[in-house]
Amino acid sequence: MFKNFKHEKIETNAGLLLVLTMFAVSIGGLVEIAPLFFIKDTMENVEGVRPYTPLESRGRDIYIREGCYTCHSQMIRPFRDEQLRYGHYSLAAESKYDHPFQWGSKRTGPDLARVGGKYSNEWHVQHLIKPTSVVPESVMPNYKWLQETQLDVSDVGDRLRALRVTGVPYSANADEYQRNVKQFGEATAKTLHIPDALNNLVNQAQAGNFDGDRSSVSEMDAVVAYLQVLGTMVDFNKIKPEDLVKFR
Amino acid sequence: MSATKVAAVEQYDYDIIKKFSVMAIVWAVVGMFAGVYIASELAWPFLNFDSPYLSFGRFRPVHTGAVIFGFGGSALFATSYYIVQRTCQTRLFAPGLATFTFWGWQAVIVLAALSYVTGFSQGREYAEMEWPIDLLILVVWVAYGAVFIGTLMQRKQPHIYVANWFYLSFILVTALLHTFNNIAIPVNLFSMKSYSLFSGAQDAMTQWWYGHNAVGFFLTAAFLGMMYYFVPKHAGRPVYSYRLSIVHFWALSFMYMWVGTHHLHWTALPDWASTLGATFSIMLLLPSWGGMINGIMTLSGAWDKLRTDPIMRFMIVALSFYGMSTFEGPLMSLKDVNALSHYTDWTVGHVHSGALGWVAMISFGSLYHMIPKLWNTQMYSVRLINAHFWLATIGTLLYITAMWISGISQGLMWRAFDDFGNLQYSFVESVAAMHPFYAMRAIGGMFFLTGMLLMAYNVFATIRQGVRAAESSQSRPAVAATA
Repeated sequence: MFKNFKHEKIETNAGLLLVLTMFAVSIGGLVEIAPLFFIKDTMENVEGVRPYTPLESRGRDIYIREGCYTCHSQMIRPFRDEQLRYGHYSLAAESKYDHPFQWGSKRTGPDLARVGGKYSNEWHVQHLIKPTSVVPESVMPNYKWLQETQLDVSDVGDRLRALRVTGVPYSANADEYQRNVKQFGEATAKTLHIPDALNNLVNQAQAGNFDGDRSSVSEMDAVVAYLQVLGTMVDFNKIKPEDLVKFR
Repeated sequence: MSATKVAAVEQYDYDIIKKFSVMAIVWAVVGMFAGVYIASELAWPFLNFDSPYLSFGRFRPVHTGAVIFGFGGSALFATSYYIVQRTCQTRLFAPGLATFTFWGWQAVIVLAALSYVTGFSQGREYAEMEWPIDLLILVVWVAYGAVFIGTLMQRKQPHIYVANWFYLSFILVTALLHTFNNIAIPVNLFSMKSYSLFSGAQDAMTQWWYGHNAVGFFLTAAFLGMMYYFVPKHAGRPVYSYRLSIVHFWALSFMYMWVGTHHLHWTALPDWASTLGATFSIMLLLPSWGGMINGIMTLSGAWDKLRTDPIMRFMIVALSFYGMSTFEGPLMSLKDVNALSHYTDWTVGHVHSGALGWVAMISFGSLYHMIPKLWNTQMYSVRLINAHFWLATIGTLLYITAMWISGISQGLMWRAFDDFGNLQYSFVESVAAMHPFYAMRAIGGMFFLTGMLLMAYNVFATIRQGVRAAESSQSRPAVAATA
C-alpha cells in the first residue's frame, strides 16, 4: 500500500495536509481524556463529600479571583513528608464538585487541600490582612480589602444555578431537594437549596462569625468559610487504606 | 533601481506584518516588565503595595498573557503572514480579514489584562480569560485560520514549504485546545463570571492537555515554523535534511498531544494517564532533538557567520536552549524526578529556559531579520543587536540558574527528615531560604528586559530610517525635475 507513497503528495495538497495533521493531533487527547468520564475507578466512592454552601462557594470565587492558585496547590501527593506536613493524600472524589479544579502547580506557599480546621478563624483573618503578623518570613501579599469589602450577594442564586447546570447537585425544586435529603441528609440538603441561597449564606456568616464582625457579611467571611471547609469533608478514620488502593 | 524596489514591496501584503511586528515588540516590553515586577514582588513583598490591582495573584496572568499571547502571538501572526506569502509567492487571502485578526487580537490582550487586575479569572493557568474574551479569541482564530489556509490554497508554488506545516498544525491545535478547555457555563448573560463544565480530575486532565500543548504548539511548533524559514534564509543555506524535517513534523505533532499529564504525576489523576504522559514525554526527546539538529546543522558551511553576525547568534543560541529545554522536560517527566521537582521553582526555571532561551531568542533573531526587509532598509545598529544578545543570554542564564538552585533546595527541604523521623524544616523556612534566589531571578529578568529595551529603540530607529529613506526617494525625482 505504501510502496508508491511519496510525502510529496501531502506537501502539494493543502486539504490532505490539513486532514492528516488534524488526525495526528487528535489521538492523544481522545485516548487520555475520554476514558476518564467512563472508567469507574477514576473516582473513589467515599462518604462525606458535598457541594459547597453558598457562602463557601462565594469564598471559592474570591480565591479564584485573587489568583491564590498561582502560589498554593490543593493536591497532597502520597509521600511520607506530605502526609506529615499536610495530612492524608488528596482523593479525586474530594474535588468532584470543584468547577474549576484548583489543584495548582506551584507551592510558593504551602498546600491548602486540608487547611480547614488547622487554624482558628481569628488566625486566618489576621493572616489574610497581614501575613507577616503571624508568619514573619511570609512573602504573601496583604489582603486587607477582603475585610473592608462587603460580599456581593446579588447573584448568588444565579451562580448556584450555573453550577447546577455543570452537574453540581444544588436543588432548584422540591424533587431535587428530596434527592439531596437522601444523598446528603437533611441538614446539608437545606444548604444546597437554591431558592434559600441568600438566607443560607447570611445565616452561615452570622453563625460562623468568620471575620469577627456579625454586623455584615464581608468577603473575608466567605474566604475564611471556604478555607475552613477545605479537606474536612471526608472522615479518614472510616476508610481503610486498602479500599483506596485500586484508585491509584 | 528605485522602481524595482517599490515593486518588490508591493508584491506582498506587508502592512499587516508591520503592525504585528511593532506590537510584538510593544507587548514584549510590557510583558517582560510585568514579569520583572512580579518576580520582584516575590523577593520584596512590599511591592504588592496592598493594592488588589498589583497583588501577585492577579498580576501574574497579566505577565503570562502579555508575553505568551501578546508578544509570542503577535510575533507568530507577523512571521506566519510573512512566510506564507513569500513561500507561496502570493498575497494574503482576504486582507480585510487579516486586518480584523490584528485589531481583534490586540483587543484580546488588552481586555484580558484589564479583566485580570479587576478580578475576573477562570482560574486555569494560561487560560484565565473569561468567557466573553474566549469567544472573541475563537472568532479571531477562525479568521486567522481562514486567512492562512486561504493563502495556502491560492499558492503559486506546487509545494507547501515545511515552515507552513508547522504554522498550520499550530493554528489547528490552538483552535482545538482553546475550544475544549474553555467550555464553561456563565453565571448569566451579563456576568463575566463562569464555571467550567468539567470538575476535579477530568477538569485537571483537560486543563493540562491544554496547558502543555499551549507550550507544545503555541510556543514550540509555531516557533519551529519560524526557525525553518528564518534560519536557512539568514544563513543562506538550505535546510540540513529534508527527510528529518518530515519526521520532525509528524512525530512532534502526534506525540506532543499525549504529554500534558506529566503535569499531574502523583495527583488524584489515575496512574495510567500520567504514566502514558511520561512515556510519550520521553519519546518526544527524539523528534525535538531531530529538529534542533536540523536547525543547527543548517549552518554547516556558514559557521563563520556566528563570529560576525549577532542575528545568527540569536538563532543558534535559541536552538541550543530548545535542545536543552527538550532534554530537561523529559527528565522532569520521570515520576521520580517529578516527585522532587513538581510544585517547585525548578518548573518555573524550565519554562523560562524555553520561553526566554528558545521562544524569545528565535523571535528576536527572526524580527531582526524581517523588520529591515519590511521597511526596505538595514538595521539601525548591529552593535545594539550584539549588546541585546549578551544581555538576553546572561539574563536567561541568571534566571534559570537561580531557579535550579531554589527549586531543588525547596524539593529537598520539604522532604528532609531529622534523626527522629520528624520533618526537618517548617514550610516557611523553605520560603525564607529562597530569598537570595528570588532576588537573583529578578535581576536576571532585569537583564533580559534591558536587552529588550535596546531592541525596541533599535527597531524604532530602524523604522524611522526606513520611512525617511522612502520619503526622500519619493521626493527625489521631483527635485531632479525642477533642477
